[in-house]
Amino acid sequence: MSATVATTGLVTNVIGRRVPTLVNGREQTPYQGVDGHRPAGRKAAPPIRSNSDYPTNGDKRVPDLETALRLCGLRDGMTISSHHHLRNGDRVALTALETAARLGAKDLVWFPSASFPCHEPVIDLMKSGAVHHIEGSMNGPLGDYCSHGHMRGLGVLRSHGGRWQAVQDGEVHIDIAVIAAPTADFFGNADGSHGKSACGSLGFALADSVYADRVIVVTDNLVPFPCIPWQIQGNNVDYVVEVDSIGDPEKIVGGTTQITRSPDRLRISELVARFLRDSGIMRNGFSFQAGAGGIALAFVDYLARMMKAANVKASFVRGGSTKYLVDLLNEGLIGYILDGQTFDLDGVRSIACDPRHVATSPFTSYNFHGKGNFASMVDAAVLGATEVDINFNANVVTHSDGRLLHGIGGWQNCLFAGCTILAVPSFRDRIPVIVDEVTTVTGPGELIDVIATERGIAINPRRQDLLDAVKGKGLPIRPIEEIKAEVEKICGGKPAKPRLLERPVAVVKWVDGTVLDTVWQVVDENPYAPVASGGE
Amino acid sequence: MPVAAETNELRRGEAGRAGGDVRSDLHVSFEERASGGIEIGLRSRVELYYGEVIRQQARGVLRALGIEHAFLELTDEGALPFVIAARIETAVRRAGLGQGKSALPEAVTLPAPSARDRLRRSRLYLPGNEPKYFINAGLHAPDAIILDLEDSVHHAEKDVARLLVRNALRAVDFGAAERMVRINQLPLGLADLEEVIPQSPDLILIPKVETSGQVSDVVGAIDSIAKPADIKRPIWLMPILESALGIENAFAIATASECVAGITVGLEDYTADLGVVKTAAGSESLYARQRVVNAAHAAHVQAIDSVYSDVADADGLLRWGEASRAMGFEGMGCLHPIQIEIIHRAFAPTTSELEKALAIVAAYEDAQARGLGVVSLGSKMIDAPVVQRALKLVARARQMGIATAPGEPS
Repeated sequence: MSATVATTGLVTNVIGRRVPTLVNGREQTPYQGVDGHRPAGRKAAPPIRSNSDYPTNGDKRVPDLETALRLCGLRDGMTISSHHHLRNGDRVALTALETAARLGAKDLVWFPSASFPCHEPVIDLMKSGAVHHIEGSMNGPLGDYCSHGHMRGLGVLRSHGGRWQAVQDGEVHIDIAVIAAPTADFFGNADGSHGKSACGSLGFALADSVYADRVIVVTDNLVPFPCIPWQIQGNNVDYVVEVDSIGDPEKIVGGTTQITRSPDRLRISELVARFLRDSGIMRNGFSFQAGAGGIALAFVDYLARMMKAANVKASFVRGGSTKYLVDLLNEGLIGYILDGQTFDLDGVRSIACDPRHVATSPFTSYNFHGKGNFASMVDAAVLGATEVDINFNANVVTHSDGRLLHGIGGWQNCLFAGCTILAVPSFRDRIPVIVDEVTTVTGPGELIDVIATERGIAINPRRQDLLDAVKGKGLPIRPIEEIKAEVEKICGGKPAKPRLLERPVAVVKWVDGTVLDTVWQVVDENPYAPVASGGE
Repeated sequence: MPVAAETNELRRGEAGRAGGDVRSDLHVSFEERASGGIEIGLRSRVELYYGEVIRQQARGVLRALGIEHAFLELTDEGALPFVIAARIETAVRRAGLGQGKSALPEAVTLPAPSARDRLRRSRLYLPGNEPKYFINAGLHAPDAIILDLEDSVHHAEKDVARLLVRNALRAVDFGAAERMVRINQLPLGLADLEEVIPQSPDLILIPKVETSGQVSDVVGAIDSIAKPADIKRPIWLMPILESALGIENAFAIATASECVAGITVGLEDYTADLGVVKTAAGSESLYARQRVVNAAHAAHVQAIDSVYSDVADADGLLRWGEASRAMGFEGMGCLHPIQIEIIHRAFAPTTSELEKALAIVAAYEDAQARGLGVVSLGSKMIDAPVVQRALKLVARARQMGIATAPGEPS
């Protein structure tokens, strides 16, 4: 299928990246620097509704999703949103899009908070014309489809905070939000911490529930009013649909959270924990954030042992919560878990019953248009990357071959932590991770403080304070250029750059809505392209 | 092992592995041709980044082996250059070609020659045919790495592992770790020595040694290879005693050559030889281990313990290591990098031991300075053997980095 990407032209932004000025028909502002952009005016708002148009007995149930979509006034070109708390077990987003297609809708925009491999059939909906394009993370088959230029519109990759910002800016207008809810009542109050499909927090759906023109709650655990607790307020909800199953529990909270067993990755995790200890960041009352990847989990394990040994307690930890964080909470090593998404069953149980385990949202944690946010109050964030360059710029969205691999998730937002640490192997399968210039800039180097690899720790020269803090502590601190040179020697020289076409297939937004970089169409097939494990 | 075909036919050879879970390795299929130059077929995980580099390297290796016409098919899972060279060379040799020639990878700078009595607390075993574990082994800072050609390598893969280990000794930076190779028993071990000795390993582990003559044979073989190759660095020996007879001959084996730096014990084979079950407590091998310790000290070489095989049991390893040190061993083997730090803790002197020893050493130095023959601490006279033990303990602690050397700030 030939694509019709509306691109008027390209401009070079302040970090030297060429970016389109028009994306899916909308004028764009090129990236202005970390704090360079200040939109003004009033936030977007949903239409005025009146309670007299809703049932006085509160019962908003309709028989099925088809009826709900019809009642929402489904039309061609609408934007339909979904959340990804059910991860790879989600059954609702695809069903909603397929139902809309069956009703004859065309050229829909899907606006998920993230997509997963289970959403691969959306490719068929794009081929048939029902879905025009996706604004959200794309990986696996969806990423390949977009990377090869098959999608009709440009992909727009945003951080979790950036998604909220785009909604508040009016850059994205959600016509219909379809919210999968592990528990709900007929009024539309909904929560994620109970039910057979429990997933913990529903924070990613909050913006959708407030700003969409119409809101549908889909649940497989309808409880009598009131659904307590509620994270989604029924007062924002138009219709409630009861279904047999919203997702596969095995894939909602299963399997993803395992500590790495690789000795090299364990070494990276230990170095990161030692860095926090020896730099003095690990002190009474500190805070940190780490994801659910193998390195991050092992880091939490090492750090917990060091905290015990030094009798240090953290005031709060921002999750992605897992069993490992819950254990720390139960042992009294941390005061609170502020949870953005809940990765495993232990996390779900904890958030359901422990008042110190609190569901948060991109609004509290990440939103650019908030009056402050939690992410910048965290002392240290430990994150991953697919590539890092000698200027400390990092890539999380594409693989070195140029194709889409991951979404941004909360990654960009977490860069605002007091100390941002990227924990990465220096090379993977003979493919250097530390390079001269990243394929796609997802995070600007001025916000990335430390790169921890198995071959040593590179500290951003902008952070003289950190360099001073760890001096003489026995950590393997090395210039990033030195690690890069060593890796190139091991791998047999600099890697060749992949061939990319002069044709954008997606853009990477900065947290403020400006365009940070462009993802270009790939030329070569790469049968060995790595498969993304997660969806964000 | 695939053998060369009939002489008038075009010869073929294969080596290495690809597919499935294989990482950092490759499969090579070599086919001699009568004419037409070199043709290379490549499927690689890193094709986009290093495809051209790999083709060039393959041509270079064939040239070095004197091959002018051939079809080479490479299925690559991200192997590093030293691995690619070893696999191609083996495939060519298996085809019966390239004899007397070799294609050595670029060499890294060798670490300083190793001292006979250097620290050997932890020796990390690396299976000789598993290249993915080589490149980062030194980062985990074991006192030594052991490139193993013996039990961890299948019989049919001895030749390919041998060239891989040779290339690793030459091209891999193992950091400060002592570079050890466990060869096969002679006569198979002779072929191992032919390849590895010219790359200056620091120490050769000789398996299943039962008599001093077996050590002398290895010494003779090493000399006959090292002298023509002009290898001047010391190459130490560590015989492994793995049978009842070996244990009985421990002292003779330990004193068989000046090159023996230590003796060690292999408990899997030893317990099999006795026909008893190997237990976690190890009472069945207590005599053998004590015998090794005694023979080693009598011969003034290091006594090195076996491995602790339950990698997941950190507490058990620590207890075993501490007991091992208390018996007189100076180190043990490691099967996984996570054992290294635990073993280093187990073999470190305790704080009270170190404090006591430092006080005795201070008293000794004070007596030396004042020209006194008798060392005393407070009102107590210190016997000479106690002084010697304290000196040794403090020296070791300094090597381990847990006590500062004289003149350094503490």
